[in-house]
Amino acid sequence: MTYHFNGMDIASDEEGYLTDLSLWNPDLALLIAKDEKIEMSPEHWEVVNFLREYYDEYQIAPAIRVLTKALKKKLGEEKSSNKYLYELFPYGPAKQACKIAGLPKPTGCV
Amino acid sequence: MSTLHTVNKSPFERGSLASALAHALPGDAVLLIEDAVVGVRAGETAAAQALKAAMPGCAIHVLGPDLAARGIAADGVVDGVTIVDYGGFVDLAAAHDKVQAWL
Amino acid sequence: MSDSKRFLYVNRKAPHGTVYALESLEVVLIGAAFEQDVSLAFLDDGVFQLVKRQVTTGIGVKNFAPTYRALGDYDVKKLFVERESLEERGLTEDDLMEVTHENDDEEDVSSIEIVDRARMAEIMAAQDVVLSF
Repeated sequence: MTYHFNGMDIASDEEGYLTDLSLWNPDLALLIAKDEKIEMSPEHWEVVNFLREYYDEYQIAPAIRVLTKALKKKLGEEKSSNKYLYELFPYGPAKQACKIAGLPKPTGCV
Repeated sequence: MSTLHTVNKSPFERGSLASALAHALPGDAVLLIEDAVVGVRAGETAAAQALKAAMPGCAIHVLGPDLAARGIAADGVVDGVTIVDYGGFVDLAAAHDKVQAWL
Repeated sequence: MSDSKRFLYVNRKAPHGTVYALESLEVVLIGAAFEQDVSLAFLDDGVFQLVKRQVTTGIGVKNFAPTYRALGDYDVKKLFVERESLEERGLTEDDLMEVTHENDDEEDVSSIEIVDRARMAEIMAAQDVVLSF
């Protein structure tokens, strides 16, 4: 799969995850989100940015239960529930949000 | 709770056998397979001495087909080492609670 | 937790030269979803996996060392490091990175425990399943 962005072809795997993480930028994130039929709100960005920070520190995309636990610590109960996250990312918060964040598929997704 | 430890690397090249013997407890068994079988040749080698030193507490076995493939005669192995075939390997695995591989 | 099994991942190889260390870490992270009683053992050259300040940019491979620090988030809280293996390689506990988890009082505590060889043998013997890397 390929994303066409600013006249560039940006490669991804067959599921749409970027092959080269360093090519990510916020505008490309909007394009990937559009592909996922998601309109990015500040709440979406909060999760996507959190994932990018987590990856930057630990070099992995967290599994969903790890994400919710870590989000709870940072943003509180309300913004870390499964319900809240699935409302933002209906096809799976870890998978969809990671894709938009330009990260690989979460490690520990079974 | 006893363990079958398997070792598959030559003791002349790596420390896997020494490590396995250092962590095996009385009642455990050690089985040498693949390249590890070169360590059971009788003689004044460090590997042969380590095996002899371990044997009061641990049973030492070696896989016959791997011995034969490397030209080591059945009567040329360290005293006390038991030669098993593939069926014997299975029996050993079944006789212990778990198998731990020393890669 | 009473019907959970005790799993020990045994790490005996230095990182980066072979794929063992990374494979082990990935299996641990994936296996963590099954909520078993998981411990990691680091002995022989495996102790090098936890050494601080690993920089892999020059060899063109991904540096997965920071990922050990995420193990606490995955509820993997027991990392046993063999004292003799450290000493044989001229290393001390101070050479190892910090790996922590949150205890029941929400305090960050170290997940790393240095054990001697005899204790390591007992830890291995007490497992239901030993996975070697």
